[in-house]
Amino acid sequence: MQTKVRLQSEEFDAAAETAALTRGRTDIGALVTFTGICRGAESGEPIAALTLEHYPGMAEAEIARHVEEAKARWPLLGVTVIHRYGRIAAGENIVLVVTASSHREAAFAAAEFLMDYLKTRAPFWKQVESKSGKTWVEAKGADDAAAARWEKPSGREAAE
Amino acid sequence: MKLIYFAWVRERVGKAEEDVVPPASVTTVAELMRWLGGRGEEYAHAFEHPKSIRAAIDKSHVRPDTAIAGAREIAFFPPMTGG
Repeated sequence: MQTKVRLQSEEFDAAAETAALTRGRTDIGALVTFTGICRGAESGEPIAALTLEHYPGMAEAEIARHVEEAKARWPLLGVTVIHRYGRIAAGENIVLVVTASSHREAAFAAAEFLMDYLKTRAPFWKQVESKSGKTWVEAKGADDAAAARWEKPSGREAAE
Repeated sequence: MKLIYFAWVRERVGKAEEDVVPPASVTTVAELMRWLGGRGEEYAHAFEHPKSIRAAIDKSHVRPDTAIAGAREIAFFPPMTGG
């Protein structure tokens, strides 16, 4: 089981990361890659860049905790999560989630689970830079709903 | 205890972190937010809608009714928008 969690300000190469995860392996039958990219426009208004603020220490710990939970829930053979912080220009990558498993169901589900949790639980805050100035992105109810569907019926605490 | 602020909470308070000694009557995260809100105009602005502020104690998410006793570091921030 290969696990990689990385926070960095610099750009990453998604193809190189997936190659690193599968190199020399013949047990992996499914690989899901999600790359979040900075859009050049939001609600019709052009965006120059995003700036991502994060809580050092907690961000790594939260991501690692959710990677561990994904590994406990699905038979994964490898996970890579890279999340950038700082200024990210339109067209650049923001986040990468790669999940590997024998069969596709686990890799698809784990990648969605990790992205839903990154959106709502990992301590990152996006600020949009456009002609009209800098504004903080508001959290979306749809993202909370997407994350809530993974909650176990046994009543995990909302703030867990 | 050390307080850390992020995103617009940080901007409104006007600082990224500070050390505070709240009175003994302040025992929960929600009470701490109320107390902070009374420390001046910028704090009142930052904490005017406590329901839209999330908190973490020693780098773990907590709910407003969580006790702050023993906390070394408490962070306040808006709902997260990563990913």
